[in-house]
Amino acid sequence: MGNNVTELEAGSRAAGASAGGNVPPIDAHRPPDIAPGFSAAGAPDELRALEAGLDELQSGHASARRDWGRVLLPLAAVVLLVLAWQLLVSLDLKRRDLVPGPLDVVASLGQLWAEGLVQESVLTSLQRGLAGFAVSVAVGTPLGLLLGQVRTLRRAAGPLISGLQVLPSVAWVPAAIIWFGLTDATAYFVVLMGAIPSIVNGLVAGIDQVPPQYRSVAKVLGASRLELALQVILPASLPGYVAGLKQGWAFSWRSLMAAEIIAVGGTMGYGLGSLLDQGRTLSDMGIVMSAVLIILGVGILIELLVFGPVERRLLQRRGLLAGSTR
Amino acid sequence: MSVLLENLGKRFEAGDAVLDGVNARIGRGEFVALLGASGCGKSTLLNIIASLDEPSSGALEVPADGAALMFQDPALYPWLTARGNVELALKLRGVGKAARRARAAELLDLVHLGGAGDKRPHELSGGMRQRVALARALSQDRQLLLMDEPFAALDAITRDLLHEELERIWRETGRTIVFVTHNVREAVRLGQRVLLLSSRPGRVVREWAVPAEVRADAAAAAALTGEITARLREEIRRHGK
Repeated sequence: MGNNVTELEAGSRAAGASAGGNVPPIDAHRPPDIAPGFSAAGAPDELRALEAGLDELQSGHASARRDWGRVLLPLAAVVLLVLAWQLLVSLDLKRRDLVPGPLDVVASLGQLWAEGLVQESVLTSLQRGLAGFAVSVAVGTPLGLLLGQVRTLRRAAGPLISGLQVLPSVAWVPAAIIWFGLTDATAYFVVLMGAIPSIVNGLVAGIDQVPPQYRSVAKVLGASRLELALQVILPASLPGYVAGLKQGWAFSWRSLMAAEIIAVGGTMGYGLGSLLDQGRTLSDMGIVMSAVLIILGVGILIELLVFGPVERRLLQRRGLLAGSTR
Repeated sequence: MSVLLENLGKRFEAGDAVLDGVNARIGRGEFVALLGASGCGKSTLLNIIASLDEPSSGALEVPADGAALMFQDPALYPWLTARGNVELALKLRGVGKAARRARAAELLDLVHLGGAGDKRPHELSGGMRQRVALARALSQDRQLLLMDEPFAALDAITRDLLHEELERIWRETGRTIVFVTHNVREAVRLGQRVLLLSSRPGRVVREWAVPAEVRADAAAAAALTGEITARLREEIRRHGK
């Protein structure tokens, strides 16, 4: 409490009438022993009990149970798809070496696994993808926060960042090869150029959707600019931010594959894109399809293990999941 | 004296005056209801008292540490639990971690939500959310509490209960409360004094004292409510001409 409040207090005590004129002055302190007005509940305990009853009646209850449909339905969809694929192949419309069936691809996959190529390529690509993504998050997050909070910056750099998001990051591959040669730096550069704009845009979109009351409450509660950004704006924009991260990951994974297909050799390691390129060079559809399936599989796995649960948990905690089809 | 307003005026750029010649004195520990129809500049007045806005003319004295504010929308942060919301307010005030936890528990217990601290806003009813918002406002530990139609969006049963709750908390904490409302019955139910604001521009046109005897006596309270309503309607009719 401020000091001059007590000083003011000492100055005058009675709260008199001002505009009404005919109202007698009232002592500001009402004696505490006067009974409250139209009391529905007498004793404090009764009020507490009444309130507890009303709270119970008015708030909902969530039930948590294991949802097997979440596992079984996607599996059923995959099985159906594979069956359809097999059916199509058994019609023998095309040469078997051009359109391999599921079993041929499994055989090819098994051989690649035995040679250790699957493990090596997945490890190389995933390592690059994750490291590049981590750097993108570290760069994109402060950038997005700044852009979302500082109007001048937003106006200046906003269109540029949006534009960069539209530009396919594969377009950077030639430049990267010229600058960095056939090294890992080329792969990382392309990943960064793909992921950072997505993350920034997601975060900025999330910030744009923060209800204005959240800011005014923070202001009333005395938050500084930095506190407002970190304690209120960042968590409030988390759903948009996570959507941006998800897209950023997708963009970095895609552009990494493209970069690995184009830039082969040098000190570049052997990634999934390289595997794909090798299949093309050997005209081996088994290898090509195997590589495609592995790339797809890694994408699905990351979604199922990382982004899916994070997003679901986020929405659930905020009560945004009820009635959605997730 | 907690709040003193003298000939306060507010005019936004290129517009009519929102407030004009507002005079009021609000004593420390007093519960004042500010009554007015739409367009009386109630929110502007609260913002000025809370030092979130500057008056265009006139003078005012308010507590140096500012005021706690509570709105119609509880505006709880959905990513935090009820306790987390109160703790964040304490954190922004610079309260240490252990003290924060203890104080938040105290405040939640004060609004009778001791058992709901781990719930998230979407799991709470409207009345419970508003009580969390009240606990958060009280956590600011400021003598002056400004409330902008805090119960307007609640159902009648809950609102009645919260009136009692607020009165109890006011007694227990000795805060100065300025309570803005459209509702004459609510103003008489809660306020020690009711100030009537005119609309466009806003100005205190009349005030009534609500002695404890009147509040305790249903017939007397109803008579006063009727009198205030008649005066409020007269004020509103003035704008139809």
